[in-house]
Amino acid sequence: MNMVRFLIRRIITGILVLWLVATGTFFLFFTAVPVGVVARNLAGRAATPGVLAQVTRYYGLDRPVLAQYLTFLHKLIKGNFGQSFLTQQTVTTIIHQDLPVTASVVVGGVLLWLIAGLAVGILSATRARSLFDRVATVGVLAGVSAPTFVVGELLIIFVFVQLNQHGISFIQTGYAPLSQGVGPWLGTMILPWITLAIVQAAVYTRLSRGSLLDTLGEDYIRTARSKGLTERRVLYRHAVRSAMTPVVSQLGIDVGALLGGVLVVEQVFGLHGLGYQVVASIPAGDQPVVIGLVILAAAFVVAANIIVDASYALLDPRVRIS
Amino acid sequence: MSVTELQFQAASVSDAPAVAVQGRSQWQLTWRRLRSDKVAVGSIIVIILMILFAICAPLIAHATGHPVDTAYPDTGEDASGLPVGPGVHGFFLGTDQIGRDLLVRIAYGARISLFVGLLTTALATIAGVTLGLVAGYFGGIVDAILARFFDAALAFPFIILALALASVFHPNLAIVIGVISFFSWAGISRIVRGQTLSLKEKEYIEAAKSLGAGSGRIMFLEILPNLLGPVLVLATLYIPTAVTFEATLSFLGIGIPEPAPSWGNILAEAQNFYNTSWWYVVFPALFLLVTTLAFNLLGDGIRDAIDPRTERLFAGSKNGRRKRGKGKGTGGLNLDQAIMVGEERDLTVDNPMPAGEG
Repeated sequence: MNMVRFLIRRIITGILVLWLVATGTFFLFFTAVPVGVVARNLAGRAATPGVLAQVTRYYGLDRPVLAQYLTFLHKLIKGNFGQSFLTQQTVTTIIHQDLPVTASVVVGGVLLWLIAGLAVGILSATRARSLFDRVATVGVLAGVSAPTFVVGELLIIFVFVQLNQHGISFIQTGYAPLSQGVGPWLGTMILPWITLAIVQAAVYTRLSRGSLLDTLGEDYIRTARSKGLTERRVLYRHAVRSAMTPVVSQLGIDVGALLGGVLVVEQVFGLHGLGYQVVASIPAGDQPVVIGLVILAAAFVVAANIIVDASYALLDPRVRIS
Repeated sequence: MSVTELQFQAASVSDAPAVAVQGRSQWQLTWRRLRSDKVAVGSIIVIILMILFAICAPLIAHATGHPVDTAYPDTGEDASGLPVGPGVHGFFLGTDQIGRDLLVRIAYGARISLFVGLLTTALATIAGVTLGLVAGYFGGIVDAILARFFDAALAFPFIILALALASVFHPNLAIVIGVISFFSWAGISRIVRGQTLSLKEKEYIEAAKSLGAGSGRIMFLEILPNLLGPVLVLATLYIPTAVTFEATLSFLGIGIPEPAPSWGNILAEAQNFYNTSWWYVVFPALFLLVTTLAFNLLGDGIRDAIDPRTERLFAGSKNGRRKRGKGKGTGGLNLDQAIMVGEERDLTVDNPMPAGEG
């Protein structure tokens, strides 16, 4: 019962946040970019003033901002994100095209970095101050220091280019949809996954190590040990489980944020995902696309937050949902 | 204990050789610990060399005879118009796509990177500390209003804002500095606020109040000095983040515009030449990595020197330090978690959007 009430309240506040984000982005992009600039982008550089006026009227850009805002909100409630100024595609179509790319990158990347991060983190915590721990901590610091695009570019040079020069063409840049087969898809995804994993696993190693060391110092772990449980059982059943709370919360934040577009990775590997689309749409003045994608990104973040908070109660029996 | 025993003890104390026992201030102790930390000292040396490299950029340009923006289509490009490699025709690190000297460009890029990194950190620290102190000290409605600002600043997708600003105004140094500072102060604020909340309940603050000290004096002269340690650590760790932000913005084409060189925009251009000219990517990437790693190692070392009890990320030379007990709630600052998670997540408060980077 508590859970249901919690979820209802969180969904309502979530919708409120989305409305704020939608309003904020709408006014940011409609008031920041002068109407003349938008019309010129749409009509092309050589457009006559007459054509410009026509374009402005056609897209309703001459109406008061408030009226445009209300129309926008009305459409949004009905699930209509509008259509691109540039390609005339609906924003929903664009999302359908680009989301699988971004999702492929994120899902594989998350699996890879979680496995690597948690394995190293748990090993480091149980062997604190050992050689392994020290080597791992240096690696973590290097990972934290490395900008995403640098890791991506170095991987391209040292893996992609090297392999292809030696006639191994499995790994490719760009995107091959799953419909073309698992092989080509994997070939385009492996380097983006490794890039994300190198940058992110560091954070998870650090978090899980710290959190597990904290947990291992708790009284209930001593109790579990004194009951005669095996060290394995103490570690995995009692310690790791509740040590995962900060990891889960960080994971929710990261996955939510990344699903909205893995801007840098998509840019480096030439993947036409949501992030790539945003980076291309903003300078082009394609506001409907930008606003639609920002709201989508925010929705992912809000949803991820709700899931994270709900999962706390499942992971750590001491947490009560209020 | 009998009186005679005490007398005996007193006598033996006065007999002891008169070694001058000097009190050492907190900062002296910190400096001594830092000096004995090889990794931290190494990072300081690397950082100083990098700063010298940046300052000497015009000298390097003069010595090589290759001004920063001058292209050498004849010597700096091979027959097919591609960049030449390291060491060819006196270009120590090779050239870029229009035949400019890469070493000189990287040196000038270091100026921008370090300048942006240090200036934005300074701005963000000043703003963050001031607002954090005010929020924590006054509490109540002031705190509630400022807390919403912290949340909003932490939640906004910063690349989107940077893109939007860049599409309206032309990308320039001022916007880069503004955007990065704007997204950095809130993290510092939040931690300073938390510390202020606990410090303001201490007896010495009450003593200062009863002596008639004003709010400004208490905040900046009584509370702030006790926060300098954690603030110094945070600031050192923000520098590499800011350097990375700048590089990322420039890489996406919304940071420092060409022809001014920045490590980010050099790497963005280099992207098109990874098949033919590895040096064009590898050298700027190395400078960037070495710089951010050095600042991170230094920040970690300073944290360890200020409070040897706290968990140290780089568990270098020293063995046998205590195993970490309960991190949260011991006197030591758990900066690691504070920085990474932002705060203890509160189930009743919605924490909408983190800055999306990826």
